Amino acid sequence: MKFHSRLLAPALFTFASLLSVPLMAQDWVRTGSNLGNERIRLAAADFKPTSADPQTPALKAVFDATLYSDLGNAGIFDLVSKSFAPQAMPGSPQEINLAQWSADPVNAAMVAFGSLSTANGRLLVYGWLFDTRNTANPQVLGKQYNEAATQDMARTVAHRFADEIIYRLGGGINGIAETKIYFISSRTGSKEIWAMDYDGENQHPVTHLGSISISPRVSPDNSRIAFASLGREGWAIRMYSLELGRMVSFPGGSTGGANQSPAWTADGNRIAFSSSRSGDPEIWIVDANGSNPHRITYFKGPDVSPTWNPKTNAQLAWVSGRTGLPQIYIMDQDGSNVHRMTDGGYAVSPSWSPNGQFLTFSWNRKYGPGAPGGQDIYVMDIASMRWLQLTHDAGSNDFPSWAPDGRHIVFQRQLGSQTDIWSMLADGTEQHQLTRSGNNSMPNWSWK
Amino acid sequence: MNRRTRILVPALVLVALVAVAGCKKKQPPAPPPAATAPAATAPTAQITATPSSISAGDQVELSWKTTDASDISIEGLGTVPSTGVKTVTPTVSTTYHLIARGEGGTADATARVVVSAPPAVAVPTNTMSAEEEFKANVQDIFFDYDAYDIRSDAEGTLSHDASYLASHPNIKIVIGGYCDERGSSEYNLALGQNRADAAKNALVSAGVAASRIRVISYGKEKPFCTESTESCWQQNRRAGFSMDQ
Repeated sequence: MKFHSRLLAPALFTFASLLSVPLMAQDWVRTGSNLGNERIRLAAADFKPTSADPQTPALKAVFDATLYSDLGNAGIFDLVSKSFAPQAMPGSPQEINLAQWSADPVNAAMVAFGSLSTANGRLLVYGWLFDTRNTANPQVLGKQYNEAATQDMARTVAHRFADEIIYRLGGGINGIAETKIYFISSRTGSKEIWAMDYDGENQHPVTHLGSISISPRVSPDNSRIAFASLGREGWAIRMYSLELGRMVSFPGGSTGGANQSPAWTADGNRIAFSSSRSGDPEIWIVDANGSNPHRITYFKGPDVSPTWNPKTNAQLAWVSGRTGLPQIYIMDQDGSNVHRMTDGGYAVSPSWSPNGQFLTFSWNRKYGPGAPGGQDIYVMDIASMRWLQLTHDAGSNDFPSWAPDGRHIVFQRQLGSQTDIWSMLADGTEQHQLTRSGNNSMPNWSWK
Repeated sequence: MNRRTRILVPALVLVALVAVAGCKKKQPPAPPPAATAPAATAPTAQITATPSSISAGDQVELSWKTTDASDISIEGLGTVPSTGVKTVTPTVSTTYHLIARGEGGTADATARVVVSAPPAVAVPTNTMSAEEEFKANVQDIFFDYDAYDIRSDAEGTLSHDASYLASHPNIKIVIGGYCDERGSSEYNLALGQNRADAAKNALVSAGVAASRIRVISYGKEKPFCTESTESCWQQNRRAGFSMDQ
């Protein structure tokens, strides 16, 4: 009996994993990450220029390209190629011929269109979203934007209109076109914190400390960045205020030794991090103002890289080397109910999905001295512990971070000696390289 | 046979130790080689540094003279005329090495300037700087892959390190914890901390006061070498000792 079950269990497990993981995996990830299985066929018309102002063509080009790119990046649309668009450029509800957009070859279920003009340094945009099959009452959305006539604002207005469409057609989940990605770049000569728009535009440095700074984590209200920085007494958790544009004090974060890998609760009230102040790297929790640090793990060996369940602010996933190679574990915020999530290899850098259902992390399942195999990004359903590999045979991948829509993941990919930031959908498709200068690592997607 | 190897091994180790110890007292390079072609005259070289002992920031006058040489250089200063005078401001103890090459061969000469820190600390009597002596006596220890326990081959190194520190009670040290390039930066920072702390604990157990030791993990942020080979990885998996300035 005992002999039987010993043989049977691994056999069944192998059989089940062979059957279920490769075939079914895409579906559960797509459903859980709100990507759905059916994409809405959406057309985005070029906007009609309605002023002869010399600024108009340049801003219209930026707006059209940004809107099209945002809708394509959303991951929930089957976006109609611009070459299929009808000749006429509709600038208002009176000018659109819906039959042209619902017929072959466009076949759009929805069409976004509008007009753009500039006058006296102002940019005026009218945007609509129409349902091509509801000819009696086609308007889904009508928006008006009046902003300064700059390239930045043309991009921003396109982001806002795209996010309105995504919110309306994507099940009430906010779009990410106005979110930011914080990361580490060495392109000024030292590792500093940088920021960029979600699509890789507008890359700029945030800190100028001249030391080594790592692991930036932006607060849920976008007001501060917690990170770790090397000083004379080792690594300290430090805090940069995006509102004040300077460093602010964080008393609980510097004690000597290694204080690193901060993680905010979704309510912004607490930060979990790794500290070796007790003589061994353990997980600690501190209030967001740097007071009241307390320890929650008590095992010899490295304990690092905590991430909070953003749904509850009461559980954490983290990395522990208590049994040898690092593995992903979860626990309650008082250190109880510890569960190991990964069954071997080298598993690091967890990020907890916004809906609380998944972890994404970096895993090398064949790790060992001399062993072949890659470090790839995985997604795991926490309740069932089923996992899906998102990256394959493309460099060494680490530090995945969920976008607030739960549909996107940003991560770092090292190819040879070059490390860059990439983004992808949470099912591993549509991988895009976002950085192309210097070495760039440890991306963190803003909460909104 | 067995017994003979038992005797032979310590004997060999002893010989090796004597040889290594002998290496430390570096003699100045031998005078210019005599064996040259009879046709050309062998070059000569002379260099002096005045004064030969300064505080950081002070000036030193180098003066040199060569004969029968066509290619004359001073290491670190580049090509120089056959005779000359030059003012230099070394910030660390420096040996100026004059090399004169000619048809008749090569000659060289050295002049050493000992630089002490600005608040006039007593000039060490030996020719090695304190830093060099420290480096020769307090050696790094190395770790296995993904491990932070002290390897048996590191115990001898650590006890030697500890006895040097015991006999130099004024030296404070920094222990850096380093990892190889593989794996994740955050995890390696914690692993490096464990390695540096393990080295610190071993020194403290051997009698070195904990207050003399500062510990910093560098993880994989400051690699000693950058090749993706096991020999480079091994050099990076270490606890490195340096003097705390």
